[in-house]
Parts: sequence; structure tokens; C-alpha cells
Amino acid sequence: MSEKFDVIVVGAGPSGNAAAYTLAKAGLKVLQLERGEYPGSKNVQGAILYADALERIIPDFRDSAPLERHVIEQRMWVMDERSFVGGHYRSEDFNKEPYNRYTIIRARFDKWFSDQVQKAGALVICEMTVKALLRNEQGHVIGVEVEREDGKIYADAVILADGVNSLVATQGGLRQDIQASNVALAVKEMIFLPRETVEARFNLSGQAGVVIELMGSISEGMVGTGFLYTNKDSLAIGIGCMLSDMKAQRTTPTELLERMKAHPAIAPLIAGGETREYAAHLIPEGGYKALPQLYGDGWLMVGDSAGFVNAVHREGSNLAMTTGRLAAETLIELFQNGNEPSAANLARYKAKLDDSFVMKDLKKYRNITDTLDKQRQFIGDYPNLLNQAAHTFLTVDGQDKQSKEKEIMAAFRERRSLFGLLGDAYRLWRATR
Amino acid sequence: MHIVVCIKQVPDSTHIRVHPVTNTIMRQGVPAIINPYDLFAIEEALRLKDRLGCTVTVITMGPPQAEPALRKALSLGCDDAVLVTDKIFSGADTLATSYVLASAIRMLHKETPVDIVFTGKQTIDGDTAQVGPGIAKRLDMELLTYVSRISQVDLATRRIIVERRAEGGVQVLETRLPALITMLEGSNELRFASTPNMFRAARATVRLWDRTSAGIEDIKLVGLKGSPTVVSRVFGPTPRAEKAKQIPFDPAAPDAAAAALLEQILAESPRVQEELAHRRQPGVRD
Repeated sequence: MSEKFDVIVVGAGPSGNAAAYTLAKAGLKVLQLERGEYPGSKNVQGAILYADALERIIPDFRDSAPLERHVIEQRMWVMDERSFVGGHYRSEDFNKEPYNRYTIIRARFDKWFSDQVQKAGALVICEMTVKALLRNEQGHVIGVEVEREDGKIYADAVILADGVNSLVATQGGLRQDIQASNVALAVKEMIFLPRETVEARFNLSGQAGVVIELMGSISEGMVGTGFLYTNKDSLAIGIGCMLSDMKAQRTTPTELLERMKAHPAIAPLIAGGETREYAAHLIPEGGYKALPQLYGDGWLMVGDSAGFVNAVHREGSNLAMTTGRLAAETLIELFQNGNEPSAANLARYKAKLDDSFVMKDLKKYRNITDTLDKQRQFIGDYPNLLNQAAHTFLTVDGQDKQSKEKEIMAAFRERRSLFGLLGDAYRLWRATR
Repeated sequence: MHIVVCIKQVPDSTHIRVHPVTNTIMRQGVPAIINPYDLFAIEEALRLKDRLGCTVTVITMGPPQAEPALRKALSLGCDDAVLVTDKIFSGADTLATSYVLASAIRMLHKETPVDIVFTGKQTIDGDTAQVGPGIAKRLDMELLTYVSRISQVDLATRRIIVERRAEGGVQVLETRLPALITMLEGSNELRFASTPNMFRAARATVRLWDRTSAGIEDIKLVGLKGSPTVVSRVFGPTPRAEKAKQIPFDPAAPDAAAAALLEQILAESPRVQEELAHRRQPGVRD
């Protein structure tokens, strides 16, 4: 192939689409290559769409994007075997336009997003697996090679948006291969129910939706969380745990999800539904400490391929879109000023990231995974103690309240000791500041 | 030489489910693919192109969503693609479909005379194998079905020799062009598209033909109106609920278990007892 592009974007997920769209909109000659049969065919997410990240790319996305429900209520449940202690936040302010978060079905959303990329003028070709980066004598990236006859394609810059497994980055030595301790394996099901049933069970009307985040006994001692999201006429339910934990405990994700679905607090919510879709995906949760080099001569890395996921807040697609946009904006500025996409010039991308919520949030939570990994009491003991405390306090059995309080405190002290409790409070504070 | 390949976009049968009540195919969310049998037709046309240097046009009748199937065919090396699409075509059976396709091929023939039309042996959703022969009849072309090999195409004498899989053997058939060939599965192996062809397909314009462009003369012969086929009832095979019977087994007394098993069998089918009585031979323990 003799044709040359300004930029080649590898991958058609949220980060690749954000990058390709922004570049094409600015009038650059963009080629986007996707390994799957169609854009989105390899993509999996819960899924929540964070409006802000997309709005900065496509301001009027609400007019045409396939959205399921806007989120008006967030529930956080700390589970024990037969119970949960929870907090809910529901607000009519979330029920006012412009909405802040939406549930989406990625298969539909990704098709829409890719359509926008193509309308903006990028050339999108699927079933093109990039197997290597092309470099010149100086080692600058000058294009990619795909797994097809006559497969060398040239460009001034390459954006790697090929996801958590990023074959290109790994084989090109730009990144380590994924480590089991840095990725979560998440599984989800789409359970279909009549619209009225979804709305009745979650106290909803119109296009409003609910998000439930789950933690505690459901992860069976592993570092991980579960979720349940409401779509128009379906529920997305899933759970993700660190791959190293699953390996150590020899747990299969399917069984883990089945047991979570059977929990007495969850089973009635999904009862009678029909599972029509089952998907699994790796999520890079290594956070700040696991970030690889993010740019070099002629290349930039965005989204999951670089590990841009905020595991604590379950944010990923917004980081993907934002990093994709910032990478694109960096290149646009360089090209407009007639500058080369050299590593020195692309350092601007890192500066933009540092300046954004992406790096600030990742830095804030840089220790959380380590803390949870080493301090398993946060996953097993505390959810159990909290549930027991609630049970003791809410059972009316002739025992006076003060002695109930003493009993609860004794239970905490017995399990964690006074120093342990103070230490845990400090650890949690350290890990999240 | 000009070759036309007729393809159909079908739901991927490995993903479809049947509605438990209506017994109809639930297509929602099922990915669409090129009818697998049609891939052998595309590949055979492309092999003739490689050998003889002809033009290959791929054509389908379907909704606008069928465009990716045509683009896929272009990426493999087909030169031109036509999507015959019009609201009035919906609900067509094989009779109406062959009418529309034959009419469209006639229009293609006006642009460049058509020598061979390829179709797959049948589709995986309808399984009728009627559209190919229907087109041949309407266009008055020679019909070669279940072809496993094209042995020879002589453009000077306009003769073609093919091998056809028939019951009990292979027929070697010779006929004149123009001919319609329905390709048998397994007759060739589909090629992997090259990078330049992937680019060409991504950028190509698929021609959209409505009833006028396709040269439809009588709109009463298309779509639901032109389809005499009536699906009176759809039903799945009745599941046979035969439950296994359990016979308690005591390892200390295998004979008792065997006797109980035999008793069960004979109770279920008395005829077995009669037959066994006839076959009983000396030396065989009762």
C-alpha cells in the first residue's frame, strides 16, 4: 500500500472513536483499523455513559445516540450472605436535562459512535488486525502492518487504542504484557424483562434509571465488585474480580455470577427475566502505578491499552474518551503548527493528561488496589460486621439498646482489635487521599 | 466476460433462537452474515476472474442493512455491487425474489452482457434452493445446479463443462453460455482479502437500485403481493419426554439387577418376549 495517512487509529472502542472523530473533524486524513467484524464487536461494558466526556467531543450527542435510561438513583450495597447494608442517593435534580449519566447498550452505542466517526470523514476498516508497528531507521513509528497481503500502511502518527490486551503495544515492546494482579475479569449478563416490570421493580418511570453497585460477600473474599444497571427493557448484571484472585481461589467467573444472582436481595430483582447475552472482558485496574510510557516518537497510547481505568468509581469509558480526545488534540495542535510528532513534542499529551481529571483521579487512588489486596478485612470482615451490626440493632427482642451497642462494638473489637480498627481507618484514608 | 453473483444476507444460524410460542425465528440482535453457501459462488466467480480476466458484479435484494454483505464481497475482489432495495419488495417468497433479481440482472446485462450467473446451492434460512433455478427460467439461461467444479469455460465457442454432484456419482455436463450455476458447498476455499482490496471495498459505492432502476415492470409480481407462498403453520419437532428408569443396583447381587432390568424391558414391550422365545437356543442360560 503506497497510500499515507496523517494518523492511523488502532481500535474502534470509546478511546479510538473519540480520537478518530476529533482528528477527522479537524480535517485530518484519518484511518481507523478495527480487528472485529464490525465496530463494537469486541467491546464489553456494563454500561454507564458519562455524558460530560462525550459532550466535549460531540456536544449534541443526545439528539441521535442510542441511550437507554438516565440515572437518577445510585445504590451502594454492602452485602453479606443473606443481607445487605446500603446507601441510596436518588434526586429529582438528576431527572432534569441535561442528564449526567446514562445506561447504554454498547452494541448499539458503538455502532452509532462509529457512524459519527465515518460521517466526520475518517476511513474505518474492520477485520484488520494490526500485527506490528512500522519504524524507520531512527526508530520513529511511521505506520502499521496488518495481517493481510500487502499489509503495510503508513502515517505520520499512530494512536494505539486497541484495548486491554493491546497486542500491538505488547509486541512492539511499548508495554508489559498484562499481569494477573493488574487486571480484573468481569462477566455480565443481559437479562430481558418487560419494560413495566423493570420500572415497577426499581420504582421508575419514563426514561429514568437506577444503578446498583455491590460489594462484600458476593466477591467471595476476592478484590472485586458487582453491579446491576437498568436499561429500558433489560437489566445488565455482572461482577468483576482481580484475575490473580480468581486464579488463586480457582473460581470461575460464571459460577461467581450465578451465586451473586441467587443472593436473596438480587434474585427477586431479576426473577422471570430471560438471559439473552453473556459477555466477559478484562479490565485494566492497575491504576496510576501500572501506567506504561504513554507516548513516543510517532505514537500515543489511549484508553484501556494504557490502563486508564478508575476502578474505585467504576469509570473507564469516560477516561477512554477523554484520553482519546486529548491525544487527538495534541496531534492537531502539532500538525497545525507544522511540528513533527516526535516524543519531545508529544510530551504535551502527558501534560494535558496531568492537567485533567484523568491523572488527578488515578493519582488519588494510586494505593487502593494494593491496600485492598493486602488488607482483606475490607472485603470480608467489615461487610460481615456491618450487616451483623444492623441485624443486632434492628432486631427487637427485649434487649436494651445500650447493651446492643456494646455487643456490636465488642464484635468489631473481637474481629479487628482496637488498634486494628484504628489502623484500618488510617489505611482507608491513606488509600483514597 | 461478465459474471453476476447473487448473494443473500441471512441471520447467523449459530445465534438464532426460535420463539417458544410463535415458533418464528427471533432475529433481534442476531448478527447478519453472507449466506455461507453463497461464499462458494463468490469464490468460484473470482477464480474465473483470475483465470479469464472477467468482471464480477455481486447483487442482492434486501433491506439497506444488507449493504455490509455486498461490501464484504467487494473486499474479496468483486468489481461492482448492486443492492436492489425497495419497500415494496418486502415479504417476498422465492417466486417474487427470482422475479426481482432476474429483472435486475437483465438491467446489468444491458450495461455489460452477462455470461454466467452464480448463486449458492440454497440459503440457510429458507433452504428452498428455488431462487437460482427461478432466475435461470425467467432469463432463459441454461441451468446447472449443485456444481462442484468448473472444468472448462471456452469463450470462443461459448461452451462450459462442469461437474455436478448427483445421487450416486458425479455428472460431467456440457452446455452453452449464458448459464446459471448454483455452487455446491465445499467446492472451493474462500480467499482472504488483501489490504488494497479492503481499502477499495471500504471506499466503494454500493449502487442502490429501487424498483425503477431494477427495471421492474409489474409491481404486482414483487414483495408480499407477488408471493403465492402461504406459511400456514410453523411448528418445532415435539420434544420426546422419555425419562430414564432407574433400577436399584446392589453390587453383591448383580443377577437380581439383571433380572429386574429384563423384567422391565419385557413389561414395556411384550413382543420382545415372543421373539426371544423363538430364538432361544440350547446352551444359552435362561
